Amino acid sequence: MTLVAPELAAGVLERALARGGDMAELYAEARRGFAISLDDRRVERPQGGRERGACVRVVHGDSTYYGHVDGLAEQDLLRVAASVSEAVRGDAREPAALQSAVTGARHEVAIPPEEVEAARKAELLRACDERARAAGAEVTQARIGYAETHREIEVFGSDGSAAADDRTRIRLSAQVVARRDGRVETGTDTRGGHAGWELLDENPEEVAEKAARRALTLLDAVDAPTGRLPVVVGNAFGGVLLHEAVGHGLEADHIQKDASIYAGRLGEEVAPAFVTAYDDGSRPNAWGSEGVDDEGTPTRRTTIIEEGRLTSYLYDLLRARRDGVESTGNGRRESFRHVPAPRMTNTFFAPGDATPEDLIAGVERGLYAVSFGGGQVEPATGDFVFGVSEGYLIEDGAVTAPVRGATLIGNGLEALRAIDGIAGDLEIASGYCGKGGQTVAAGVGQPHVRIRELTVGGTAA
Amino acid sequence: MSLEGFARRAVEAALASGASDADAWVEESTSRRVRVYAGEVESLSDAGAHGVGVRAFAGHRAGYAYGTDLSEDGVAEVARAAREAAELADEDEYEGLPDETGSSEVNGLASPEFGGWTTERVVELALEVDRAARSREGVTQVENSVYSDAQGSVALVNSRGFAASYGATQAWAYSSAFAGEGADLMTGLGVGMGRDPGELDPEAIGAEAAERALALVGARQPASRRCPVVLDAFVAASFIGFIGAMTSADAVQRGRSLFADREGEEVADPALRIADVGTEPDGPSSAPFDGEGTPTRSTPLIEDGRLLGFLHDSRTARKAGHSSTGNAARGSYRAPPSVGTTNLIVDAGELDLAELAARAGDGLYVTDVAGLHSGVNPVSGTFSVGASGRLIENGEFGAPVREITIASDLVSMLKAVRFVGSEARWVPFGGSVKTPPLMVAEMAVSGS
Repeated sequence: MTLVAPELAAGVLERALARGGDMAELYAEARRGFAISLDDRRVERPQGGRERGACVRVVHGDSTYYGHVDGLAEQDLLRVAASVSEAVRGDAREPAALQSAVTGARHEVAIPPEEVEAARKAELLRACDERARAAGAEVTQARIGYAETHREIEVFGSDGSAAADDRTRIRLSAQVVARRDGRVETGTDTRGGHAGWELLDENPEEVAEKAARRALTLLDAVDAPTGRLPVVVGNAFGGVLLHEAVGHGLEADHIQKDASIYAGRLGEEVAPAFVTAYDDGSRPNAWGSEGVDDEGTPTRRTTIIEEGRLTSYLYDLLRARRDGVESTGNGRRESFRHVPAPRMTNTFFAPGDATPEDLIAGVERGLYAVSFGGGQVEPATGDFVFGVSEGYLIEDGAVTAPVRGATLIGNGLEALRAIDGIAGDLEIASGYCGKGGQTVAAGVGQPHVRIRELTVGGTAA
Repeated sequence: MSLEGFARRAVEAALASGASDADAWVEESTSRRVRVYAGEVESLSDAGAHGVGVRAFAGHRAGYAYGTDLSEDGVAEVARAAREAAELADEDEYEGLPDETGSSEVNGLASPEFGGWTTERVVELALEVDRAARSREGVTQVENSVYSDAQGSVALVNSRGFAASYGATQAWAYSSAFAGEGADLMTGLGVGMGRDPGELDPEAIGAEAAERALALVGARQPASRRCPVVLDAFVAASFIGFIGAMTSADAVQRGRSLFADREGEEVADPALRIADVGTEPDGPSSAPFDGEGTPTRSTPLIEDGRLLGFLHDSRTARKAGHSSTGNAARGSYRAPPSVGTTNLIVDAGELDLAELAARAGDGLYVTDVAGLHSGVNPVSGTFSVGASGRLIENGEFGAPVREITIASDLVSMLKAVRFVGSEARWVPFGGSVKTPPLMVAEMAVSGS
């Protein structure tokens, strides 16, 4: 433990429980970040940050009391603990003696990005810019971003638990604009992982090239159709669909408030028997992976849908305790300025037997949604909306014209039931997920998936 | 040491490590948050934060660094990191400290009443919001009622002699209510904001959440149509927030705004007047100076149907041969200043909501949109977003509807705004926006 000495942690926990509480926790974090971007052919906005801080929380019955502070100074930690305890109405309790720390699975970081000279990162951006512009004369702008973060966390619990994790994430992203006559289109792509600089060893410029190809393709796009149509959803970022339409509804905070359409449905058949899905925070080097979660629980693979049946919700410690189950290692937080909540890690459909070509060949008239610009869901109703950032018409079993402005709108349960094919090409993409004012790294993924019918809101009248 | 003292120390450290110019932004704040569920306090927090952000220049190259350590060594390290970062940037002849610095007079940023609100009193306020929402008949559950506030001070010092600081307070509350059950469950949000908790009306916030959910119970997917659409203030604010972002001179200069090359052109119906007002006393984003020390002001954006201009920080202003409009925004000390809106204000018109519906005749009243962040193309302005609300039939509110998308492009929509409502309010999403409901003459609505 390098951030907070165990003796100090024990003192903080003791003070936090001075007026009672079922459990107390000290979360300490040191984070360093570096980011740089290129825009309009110019390397700009180089920035670095160093933050340290801690969060103390006390859970008493169904109530959580917490406070956080910037910095890890002894007097500040003790003061936060005292201030949090003041809100509790009960008798003092003694925390259990702290055990040695749990660290969970390690995600190999071969080349720590902090050790790579910053000038090389700027060079990478320039190389990406060149690659994007080489993709076609109609490419007019490229914005390339590089970001790395290094987070060291330590978690101490009044039950004696102690855990530590060391997380390195890097991400390269490209947004490319292509223009023809009055039309302007944007294409994006990213590569990210819980990994070091080695993630960018092999052809990192491909990220820029893919983004450029998407923008160029969209220049030929026709208005999206409107109506109920079969939809083939692409792999990798297509997994946003599962993330939004199903994943959020399985987070136990929504379930316990009966604010999810999946509440009370464990064991129920929610999808055809060939559908299986996981949340897996232990997947080696995946973007949403961690050694332990932000409560010190080792991450794991949780089967959320097994052969069509709903098999598990996603838990943090608080909600697990309420349901009398174990945490699934999904207690995550954006930083020490937040309390944990059940959050997805890497969520994806298991691969099936079909090929993407099979899925497309079976559609007479429909939409091929390759990638989404993002999406939104109301977990209480399961209603979702997705903006399709790259999409094509499917006509007579073949992919034809690109479309723009398509939106998918529907309901999670209905969409799950309507899945009628899954391909074998599983891939996981790096996204950010926002919930309750906190943004965390979330891996989204899937193989190609076909949905029999979804409402497509297009721009064509 | 005062916040200005820490900032001055950071600027000196940046110059000492070789920067040609520098500025430093130091923040200190405390915040509280109360979350209520089922009539009980679900969580309560009391937090403090502080940090410094340093922008260092190496000639016309800028670098940025931030940190939480305000000790002499900590500040020096942040300053050095900013100076080193500047070496990585490419030369940008327009980069540098602002030419004009100073403070506008903005009254009432910090409420003197704020300090009298103990944690016990704000907990009671949050419970009242929750009770107000739950007590409405037909409300099946209240997912959350939340009160939060912040009290903070910031100081900005630069190497050309600017040094100033200010304090501000803000309080918010919202509630999210459910009505109906199973597949018919609908949600509604109620919000309120002010400089201190006393400016919040807990009864009204809870009631709004309940009424918005109840109004949607039994919603069905309607048939596709093209029709007049009335956007309520929440929905109008989301769109106005997007429009505001498009008036950023940075987006314009980088070719990322649909308003590029359209200054002075007709982009809206004359009924619609929009301004960015950084000095509005009750505006949540008001301040005496912006993120690089330029005085804030009021900048008209759309008047008489025309696009009057763009929002600038000092860099975009130099590039355009303009002067800064005081729109160098800072989310926090963790981000360098960049062009952003302050408070977007839509001038209220004369028709109340019922009169807007009457003018619409047969159409749609939209009370919620989803997927705006993914559904709008900022360059072309085309959008297609999910929506729910109610039908308007013969000028009256009719059956609730859901699972629809509305599509158009932003300029066509602005040009089709026929009437602006009279009931303007602050809406804390889409940035900080004050707008009444709007009636749009025609939009494509797709349902079944």
